[in-house]
Amino acid sequence: MYAYDEIDRTLVNERVSEFRDQVKRRLSGELTEDEFKMLRLQNGVYLQLHAYMFRVAIPYGTLASNQLRQLAHVARKYDRGYGHFTTRQNIQFNWIKLAELPDALADLAEVGIHAMQTSGNNMRNVTSDQWAGVAPGEIEDPRIWSELIRQHTTLHPEFSFLPRKFKIAITASDHDRAAIKIHDIGLRLIKNEKGETGFEVLVGGGLGRTPFIAKTIKHFVHGRDILSYIEAILRVYNQYGRRDNIYKARIKILVHELGIEKFSREVEDEWQHIRNSSLQIDDEVIEDIRSRFTYPAYEKLPHMPDELRQAAADPGFEAWRKNSVAPHKNQGYSIVTISLKPIGAPPGDATAEQMDALADLADKYSFGEIRVGHEQNLALPHVAKRDLPALWKALDKLGLATPNVNLITDIIACPGLDYCSLANARSIPIAQELTRRFSNHELANLIGRLHINISGCINACGHHHVGHIGILGVEKNGEEVYQITIGGRADENAALGNLIGPGVKFDEVADVVEDIVEAYLALRERPEELFMDTVKRLGVEPFKERVYATR
Amino acid sequence: MTSPLEQKKIKIAGPSVVTANRTWDGIVVYRTAANGWSADLSDAAIVRNSDEAKALLAESVADDVGAIGPYIAPVQIGADGKVQPGNLREQIRRTGVTIGSPVQV
Ligand code: HEM
Ligand code: SF4
Repeated sequence: MYAYDEIDRTLVNERVSEFRDQVKRRLSGELTEDEFKMLRLQNGVYLQLHAYMFRVAIPYGTLASNQLRQLAHVARKYDRGYGHFTTRQNIQFNWIKLAELPDALADLAEVGIHAMQTSGNNMRNVTSDQWAGVAPGEIEDPRIWSELIRQHTTLHPEFSFLPRKFKIAITASDHDRAAIKIHDIGLRLIKNEKGETGFEVLVGGGLGRTPFIAKTIKHFVHGRDILSYIEAILRVYNQYGRRDNIYKARIKILVHELGIEKFSREVEDEWQHIRNSSLQIDDEVIEDIRSRFTYPAYEKLPHMPDELRQAAADPGFEAWRKNSVAPHKNQGYSIVTISLKPIGAPPGDATAEQMDALADLADKYSFGEIRVGHEQNLALPHVAKRDLPALWKALDKLGLATPNVNLITDIIACPGLDYCSLANARSIPIAQELTRRFSNHELANLIGRLHINISGCINACGHHHVGHIGILGVEKNGEEVYQITIGGRADENAALGNLIGPGVKFDEVADVVEDIVEAYLALRERPEELFMDTVKRLGVEPFKERVYATR
Repeated sequence: MTSPLEQKKIKIAGPSVVTANRTWDGIVVYRTAANGWSADLSDAAIVRNSDEAKALLAESVADDVGAIGPYIAPVQIGADGKVQPGNLREQIRRTGVTIGSPVQV
C-alpha cells in the first residue's frame, strides 16, 4: 500500500470544500452550467442519460480495504447500491445527485480518495499493471514511478490545460497487462546493460475515432530523466497539438502527422534544454516514494500446502484455481483475480454488499489490499496458498468466483446506450447475451483465451479495436448496428482488429460471434493455437466467409 | 442513435419535445407549456414545427438553474393521444436501463 503524505491529504480536503462552494453557487444560479461544467469535470462529474455520473480515481488500481468499504458506502448512501469498475482502473457511480456530491466527495476524502484527474483535458490518472509489486519477474514495482508522475503532474498548470486528455500507462513485466501501447505515453520499465533502471518510452497510442498503436520513441531513458523526458514530449505536444479540432487534438494524431522520426527529434531537442534542470530526479526522491509503498510481512510458506492438496479433489475449486489464481513472486502466495463478469451480469459492476464483503476478505486473506485491473476485474494481490480453498468458498457465496478470467465471457464493455449520452448503441446487453451463450465452462475452456471488447460508439471506451473480437455499436437509420472486427490485441504485441464485413443487427451479434468461434474451433491446427493466432495465420477471410455465407 | 448533443441545426420531422436533466439531481425532465420542468413526459409541451421548437428550446436554455443540456427530442403520439419517446435513446432515458440492476442479481 502507499501512504499519502500531509500535502496530499490537505490538497484532497481543500478540493472538497472548494467543490462544495462551487456546487452551492451553481444551485443558487450564481454560476451558469457553462461556467460550472469545467469545474465539475475537474471533479469527475459527467452528465449521462439518466443522471450525473461520478468517476472516482483509483491511482494505479491499488485500493485499501477501508477505501473499498467507503466506495461501498458511497454506492449505498448516494447511489443505487452499486458501482462500475472501468477500463481506466477507476470506479463510476451512475446515479449521483449534484446536490449530494460534495458530501460523497467528503466521505471519500476521509480515506484519501478523490476524483482529480479523472476527466478533462489534463493528465489523467496514471494506470499500471494490476499485479504491480507482486508479479514474478517484474523489474521493479511500477507504481513507484506511477506515483512519481502522479505527484509531478497533479494540478500542475502545464498539464491541466492540454489540447486534449492525456493518458500514461506503465508496466514492468514482459507480459503487458497495462495495455501501454494504446496510451498517449506508454512506459516499459527495463534495465540497460549497466543494470540501471529506466524506461522504453512509447508514444502516440490511442483508440477512439482514429486508433493508433504507440510507437517507440526512445529505447532507454534513465529513470532519473523520466520526468524531463515526459515534459519534453508534452511541450512538443503543447506547441503543435491541434487545439482547433477536437478530433485531431490527441497526441497520436500529431505523432502520425509529423512522423515518429521528426516527432522524436523535436522531443530530443526540447529534452536537451531541460534534462539537467530541476526535473532531474534525485535518488532520495525515489527512495522516499519507494519507502511509502509498504509490502506485507510475508511468511515463509510451503509451495504446496495440505489445504491446497486436499481441495484439489473438488472440481469446482480446481476450475477456479486454474483459471483465476496466478503465481506470486513470493513462494506460498498467489495473486487471485476476482471476476466481475458473472454470467448474465453487466461487466465490471459490483454491489455495495460485494464491495463490503470483498473488503473483509481482503483483510482476512490479502493484507487488506485490493487491485483494480483494466479488464474490469479486481484482484487480491497477496493470498497465502493455504487460504485459497476458504477464499474460494467465500467468493463463490458472493457470486464472485466465476472461473472465466481471460475466457470468452470475460468481456470488456463500456456503459453504452444504457447510460452514456454519447452512445450510438447498447453495449452491456450484448455482453450479457454473449455470456449466456458461452456460459458452459467446458466450452469456454475449450475455446481458451479470447477477449471480446464492446464499445457503444467510436470513442472506444470499451477498447473494441484491440479486442480479439471487437464489437462497435453504430447507428443506421435509427437502428443499432454492430461492426465486428477480429485480430486485435492489447498486450505487448498490440494490434488493431480488422473488420470482417458489413454491420449486423442487435439480435444477430451473438449468433455472429458464435459463428466466428465455431469457425475458429474448426480451423485451429491444435487446441493450443489461440484464437488470435489462428486469425493471424489465416487472416479475416475464412471467418468472413463463415459469417456471411448464410446471411 | 446519433447523440443529440451534437445537435446543431434545428429541423424537426414530427412532434417533438424539449428534454434535459434537472440540475440538482440530474434526473430526466421535459419542458412544460407552463415554462417549467416535469419528470413526466405526458406533461411536456409538444412542438410541431421548427419555429416552435426553436422558441421552446431558447426558453429552456434560459432556465439554466432548472435543468441542463436541453435539446429537442422526437416523440410519437398514439391514437389515444398518449405521448411516447420517439427513439430508443429517449425510450431508455424515460424508462431506464434495459439491463436490470445488478443489485437484484
Ligand atoms: C460518461 C461516460 C463517458 C464519456 C462521456 C466518455 C467519453 C470519452 C471520449 C469522448 C473518448 C474519446 C477520446 C478521444 O479519442 O479523444 C473516450 C475514450 C476513452 N474512454 Fe471514455 N467516456 C465515458 C465512459 C468511459 C468508461 C465507463 C470507460 C471505461 C470502461 C472509459 C474509458 C475510456 C477509454 C479507455 C478510452 C479510449 C482510450 C483513449 O483515450 O484513446 N470511458 N471516452
Ligand atoms: S464508447 Fe461511447 S458509448 Fe461507450 S462509454 Fe465511451 S462514449 Fe459512451
